[in-house]
Amino acid sequence: MSEKILTKRFEISGYRGTLEEYEASGGYQAIAKALKEHTPASLTEMVKRSGLRGRGGAGFPTGVKWGFIPKDPELPKYLVCNADESEPGTFKDRELIMRDPHQLIEGILLASFAIGCRAAYIYIRGEFIAGARILEQAIRDAAVRGLVGKDILGSNFSLDLHVHRGAGAYICGEETALLESLEGKRGLPRLKPPFPATSGLYRKPTVVNNVETLSNLPHIVLRGAEWFSSIGNPKSTGTRVFSVSGHVRRPGIYECPINVSMRELIFEHADGMRDGRRLKAVIPGGSSVPVLTEQHLDTRMDFESLATAGSMAGSGGVIVMDETTCMVRVGEVVSRFYHHESCGQCTQCREGTAWLHKTLRRIEEGRGRTADLDLLLDICDNMKGKTICPLSDAAAMPIESYLKYFRDEFEQHIVDRACPFQSAYSVPSIIAS
Amino acid sequence: MNEETIQRILSRYPDRRSALLPLMHLCQEEAGYLTEEAMRELAARLDVPPTQVVEVAAFYDMFRLKSGGRCEIWVCHNLSCALLGAERVIRRLEEALGVGTGETTPDGLFTIKRVECLAACGLAPAIQVGPDYYGPVSHGDVETLVARLREQLAGSDQRAASCDRL
Repeated sequence: MSEKILTKRFEISGYRGTLEEYEASGGYQAIAKALKEHTPASLTEMVKRSGLRGRGGAGFPTGVKWGFIPKDPELPKYLVCNADESEPGTFKDRELIMRDPHQLIEGILLASFAIGCRAAYIYIRGEFIAGARILEQAIRDAAVRGLVGKDILGSNFSLDLHVHRGAGAYICGEETALLESLEGKRGLPRLKPPFPATSGLYRKPTVVNNVETLSNLPHIVLRGAEWFSSIGNPKSTGTRVFSVSGHVRRPGIYECPINVSMRELIFEHADGMRDGRRLKAVIPGGSSVPVLTEQHLDTRMDFESLATAGSMAGSGGVIVMDETTCMVRVGEVVSRFYHHESCGQCTQCREGTAWLHKTLRRIEEGRGRTADLDLLLDICDNMKGKTICPLSDAAAMPIESYLKYFRDEFEQHIVDRACPFQSAYSVPSIIAS
Repeated sequence: MNEETIQRILSRYPDRRSALLPLMHLCQEEAGYLTEEAMRELAARLDVPPTQVVEVAAFYDMFRLKSGGRCEIWVCHNLSCALLGAERVIRRLEEALGVGTGETTPDGLFTIKRVECLAACGLAPAIQVGPDYYGPVSHGDVETLVARLREQLAGSDQRAASCDRL
């Protein structure tokens, strides 16, 4: 079993993530070290060398992102922690927040020091009521000890840190929609450029980093960039906290080297398929990415390997489906979600997601037409690469992949005028959307 | 709304409009939903056009524009939960409470709400009530859950029972 980093403390018996417990296990030593030994530039350089890439979905190199922030010390800047975790199939940030909030806070301190900001916000999805409470308490505890607020640990580095709750909108996980939401508006993604690094929150330079990304920072500072980049492969470094759900015997979060094989993750960590059934399909990075099948089980889970296999690493949310799963029904559920979450700004997405759902629903309900399969592909084609944000692509790519690998199944629905799947797990189609 | 709380929230942001979502959460916790009066007050207070306040309220799934049950039961119907029987759980819940999704029980206690991924897929099929997560919920567990929630509601006053208090 490989070494755990971000979830290592989870294994300490009785560990609840309090300030005392965190400190007793080496916590807040990284920020003390960074304030003594680093300049913002050297810390940024270190994170660049570590190869750390964003764990929210896009996989952008974290240090490079920080490097885009203007160096002018007089200019207000912001760090925003993206804790909106809402990509279906992803539940690792919730665990990282609930079980080790100070690890995240220390990561925020380090990132804020590196980019030179004096205020940071944790944008947490509104449904994480318990998580928001835990973070607020942790911030209060840290402030009492001089770890958050003015002149942190006697240095001249100061940081105000606030928790800001969203209110239920998937799109707010997209960084510019998140910033709009934080400004008290509807979460409508912004046209880029300008990118948040030059014009973000309140039109000031802003870095948006995911919970897991930030939680890696204390470890990189304490153990070095070379240690971190020795895990994984040259382009995808460190570990990843994978969320595994669906038809596996032991769903949960598993921290593994980022290039763990899909087979090891599913069959060793998540203990394989439940009820002795056969694996049919795997969504490897949250519902927005193309599906893979049994033939891809030896694919590694790093960014490049999954891209080569025709999918994406996304948010690390692994949804496993067995042979009893109806892929048309999966398409219906997934497309219903994107239809519900489309912000409506761009025609291709607003109309495309509705058409995808409508078409998939009628196929699932046995009312599909032969022409529907080409219609689906045509809709997808019209949705990709044409919109302000990637939600439209995220809605189209999975459906294309279901058709690529399971076209027979779609055809059978149309020929039989019914869904051929009857099993313990199959469920009637949804009545209301 | 308590003035001290409002000031504390306003002090977090350089632009007062940012306080809109936090203050909406507060208003909803107090009244159970966003009343027209509350939205008008927020508009005046934050210097945001009233139509934009309503627009924001309507955009986010968690804000309620009309009153509902004292307790909202959120049932995830997204993929991981659907794979493990979310629709059966919803059906059983509707039977147990005698109302459909989106409806409120006649005693004003419960509203069933279908929700998208709660980031609790390891607990699929998952239900969330206020800060608490339940799962995996088999359809046989539904009655037990409802009984437990009834007990919690009976043992607390109206305010404390408002399920999303933060």
